[in-house]
Amino acid sequence: MKSARLVGLFAAATLLAAGTSAHAQLTVGVAGPMTGQYASFGEQLRNGATLALEDINAAGGVLKQQLKLVIGDDACDPKQARATADRLTGQRVPVVFGHFCSSSSIPASEAYAEGNVLQITPASTNPTFTERKLWNVFRTCGRDDQQGALAGKYLADNFKGKKIAILDDKSTYGAGLANETKKALNALGVTEAMRESYTQGDKDFTAIVSRMKAADIDVVFVGGYHTESGLILRQMRDQGMKTLLMAGDALADKQFAAITGQHAGGVLMTFGSDPRNRPAAAEVVKKFKAKGIDPEGYTLYTYAAMQIWAAAVEKAGSVDPKKVAEVIRAGKWQTVLGEISYDAKGDITVTDYVMYEWKADGTYAELKK
Amino acid sequence: MEYFLQQLINGLALGSIYGLVAIGYTMVYGIIGMINFAHGDIFMVGAFVALIAFLILVAIGITAIPLALFLVLIIAMLLTSLYGWAVERIAYRPLRGSFRLAPLISAIGMSIVLQNYVQLAQGARVKTLQPLITGVHTVLDLGNRFVVQISNIQILIILTTLALMSGFSWIVSSTSLGRDMRACEQDLKMAALLGVDTNRTIALTFLIGAALASVAGIMYLLYYGVIDFHIGFVAGVKAFTAAVLGGIGSLPGAMLGGLLIGLIETYWSAYFSVQYKDVAAFSILIVVLIFMPTGILGRPEVEKV
Repeated sequence: MKSARLVGLFAAATLLAAGTSAHAQLTVGVAGPMTGQYASFGEQLRNGATLALEDINAAGGVLKQQLKLVIGDDACDPKQARATADRLTGQRVPVVFGHFCSSSSIPASEAYAEGNVLQITPASTNPTFTERKLWNVFRTCGRDDQQGALAGKYLADNFKGKKIAILDDKSTYGAGLANETKKALNALGVTEAMRESYTQGDKDFTAIVSRMKAADIDVVFVGGYHTESGLILRQMRDQGMKTLLMAGDALADKQFAAITGQHAGGVLMTFGSDPRNRPAAAEVVKKFKAKGIDPEGYTLYTYAAMQIWAAAVEKAGSVDPKKVAEVIRAGKWQTVLGEISYDAKGDITVTDYVMYEWKADGTYAELKK
Repeated sequence: MEYFLQQLINGLALGSIYGLVAIGYTMVYGIIGMINFAHGDIFMVGAFVALIAFLILVAIGITAIPLALFLVLIIAMLLTSLYGWAVERIAYRPLRGSFRLAPLISAIGMSIVLQNYVQLAQGARVKTLQPLITGVHTVLDLGNRFVVQISNIQILIILTTLALMSGFSWIVSSTSLGRDMRACEQDLKMAALLGVDTNRTIALTFLIGAALASVAGIMYLLYYGVIDFHIGFVAGVKAFTAAVLGGIGSLPGAMLGGLLIGLIETYWSAYFSVQYKDVAAFSILIVVLIFMPTGILGRPEVEKV
């Protein structure tokens, strides 16, 4: 099923590229983990970019040029991200949409800055990404300090007097989010009962799970990606624990439920208020659904990133990344996510992280207050 | 006390999987004196074959878990041992008698080939299997908060490993194949002169090693439920370490080494910092090798005059 859909997508993209080769073309990049254990997120980015590209081209392209997509695969590995960035820079793309993992986006952004490439990440939430005064970085998602503040407050409000554990995977994203959550939690006068780190890619968490069991942990916050979080949850239930699992936006893919099975029910996750339900997205969501794609997670964030860039290029009258960056910073942009404007760093000015709850059937929805 | 026991169960289950893979390393080393670096990837192939077999069985309507499990075991062992045999035939046999490093390089190449083959054939995304064997038993309840539990899958892993281990020891010690294997281990050329079909014996060794690795792959799949083309690397390195720790070339040593590595990792995570569990396991390996260069149960190579 999945692969058939993918093949269809590729075929569509190829046809599109072939059909328009007669016109002037402009190549733009999308980069993320297209392979490896976080490939499902890379697919979200690619789906979002592919449909945005088709829609922009159907509407006449950018500056009367048709767009073409080149895909970079970083496998969520910082070294490979840097190599991918160098390759895309070498192809003289004016803009790259990506990457997914913060630990990839940050080293890649330096290569892009030197190589005169604009970078808009739809998914990397680590604050450092926009804190280094680089001219070329933007994001369409929020930041982990905002996300951590919500998670910390939620924990303090709902689990006061209960035992809280905070785990992270030592990655830029995971450790960053866990630290922000801890900071917010401690500021509200609640101290966690356990703070531990594991290694990305681990499969056996039985030891740490027994440790949480011995410490009577009521709720565990995981700063990490969906595969490890899923395994921790599964192994907690195997050991008969009812402990609640809570994590950040890196859970926002259905593959999480494929790992945990029915145990996903009750898992909490922080994420931007569901973009699929926003009025501005209705039409695009319908287009995705018609292709058999559920535009979950970061799909629409990628679509929006491309919309912003295309609109800014039209306004600037040039694809020159430096000019476009200035225009993006100055303007207000209508996207599938609603209206977006930027601060001087490249962060969006409004964010609205909310709490989600996973259901036993493998879907997730905003938690009603 | 209860906590210690619970971690013992966790460590034994993890160590059993390492041990099953480690046997493959130690056997091949014992007979032809080379490290089969592709063995970890044979384990990974075993896990994939098992997953595909499960999905096919479900598709044709065989959903009774004991029957499905039995069929998957047979299918995975057969197909994976074919892979093991093919690897030996293609990559190692032509190099036998060549200089020592040649088969080693060839093994690393084979490992890369297998990984890339599975990545291309099955895709690079993780594959998941819903928990099939569920249910937990209470082992010890002293009325405290902490109840020691063992899950059915952990029982299955430990029992299967024990059964395979004893079965395999029996093959080596009491069958004609085992006698041939021991003869090859002592002196390949002399064994050949005395009428042992060395090619057949070595091929069978690879076959058996791969079959054991495939069982480890099935256990891994059932226990964790998440596999990808890369799992063979980490598991292979850990199992190889286990084989060296136990004394490479020694069968009980491989099992012991596997269990030890599993237990060290688990107890370190249980009482110290989880982040440093690999550091702990490898540090202990280094310390052991300094004082016992041939591993715990390894025999020093005697120079024959």
